[in-house]
Amino acid sequence: MAEKPKVATTSMAGCFGCHMSILDIDERILKLIDLVDFDKSPIDDIKEFTGRCAVGLLEGGCCNDENVKTLKDFREHCDILIAVGDCATMGGIPALRNNMSVKECLDEAYSTDNRKGPAVHNPDNIIPNDPELPLLLDKVYPVQHVVKIDYFLPGCPAPADTIWQSLVALLTDEPVELPYELIKYD
Amino acid sequence: MSENVTLTIDGKDITGEKGQTIMDAALANDIYIPHLCHHPDLAPYGSCRVCTCLVNGRPQTACTFPISDGMEVENDTDTVNEMRKQIVEMLFVEGNHYCMFCEKSGNCELQALAYRFGVTTPRYPYQFPKREVDASHPNVWIDRDRCVLCARCIRASKDVDGKHAFDFAGRGPNRHISVDAADGIEHTPVDADDKAVQVCPVGSLMLKRQGYKIPIGQRKYDHEPIGTDIETGASKKQ
Ligand code: SF4
Ligand code: FES
Repeated sequence: MAEKPKVATTSMAGCFGCHMSILDIDERILKLIDLVDFDKSPIDDIKEFTGRCAVGLLEGGCCNDENVKTLKDFREHCDILIAVGDCATMGGIPALRNNMSVKECLDEAYSTDNRKGPAVHNPDNIIPNDPELPLLLDKVYPVQHVVKIDYFLPGCPAPADTIWQSLVALLTDEPVELPYELIKYD
Repeated sequence: MSENVTLTIDGKDITGEKGQTIMDAALANDIYIPHLCHHPDLAPYGSCRVCTCLVNGRPQTACTFPISDGMEVENDTDTVNEMRKQIVEMLFVEGNHYCMFCEKSGNCELQALAYRFGVTTPRYPYQFPKREVDASHPNVWIDRDRCVLCARCIRASKDVDGKHAFDFAGRGPNRHISVDAADGIEHTPVDADDKAVQVCPVGSLMLKRQGYKIPIGQRKYDHEPIGTDIETGASKKQ
């Protein structure tokens, strides 16, 4: 049997809701497994690409240097990249920080000066700075601001039917045509 | 007695009255011309350009352009709709339109236009402008992130409510809606039942405590594209 095309997925500055939406295709997931193999993805916990992929599904915007690397890695390994969900296509909720400086955001979350961080016990007023932690970018960027994206599936999350119909169309060489009810931004 | 004028819209013969705009003549003939700043109860303004048609081959805004005999209007064609689609996409990147938590989602005319034109994401880079919220009023609030500068509220407040509580301030990318009080909308005579508050096409000038009232699936544009009521004549029967 010919090898099945591979699909990779990742969640960056998102909430994993769009991955939940992928799983929300219900019993069609069995058909999906007939159609494809999953490569790098939090679904099977494969951490690195094992080869060329037909489709990469991107959840979440690009908020730190690790996300930039992930996006470049996906562009390199995937024939087609699909931005899934509003965070990927327009930044989404994380992009609400785009009108403040990174310092303001971190102070709000961690600083005890002026009692800003409400839930953090942080008497030494330390902003997390371990070298292992990805560095935040100045803004949260829609993924198409960072690498070329081939298809966009909006929605918060992108509806399961939208993801399913687009994936099947791409894998069977049909045009991706979404009906009125499947293009929704909420 | 009013004088009749005949013109064509997409090759179809239309009769209108002298002095009418293309928009009004089209509406009277159940023809939908996509629009955003236009509101049937308010004077034409012509700011959003969404109603752009080719009039005798030239782009013009239907909501401000008067009809004349023999005029040929191109409205529902690929070329014209593609121009409109680009305008709508520009409106999205020029503001901060967080549809996922906006109370107006599903009933928003900007979002509905994007749905009608099949926008999956704007082709232009997002600007992420900094815009201010004014929630000082007990019953009304302004979220300028969502404002499309249509001036409906300005026109309604001035011409219908007789208050002139809103106007634009700033120029170019800094243009924004401002209120007629130094320290917030609460110091203006704006009331919850003002026409100005009812006409905002987006979620910018909103009544408080009304959010998410209509469940998803029952909202205005959940199933039918904006303009369907005009195209089917349903808007007149109401
Ligand atoms: S607040 Fe609403 S009605 Fe007023 S200009 Fe902005 S979008 Fe138009
Ligand atoms: S509806 Fe005509 S310019 Fe806005």
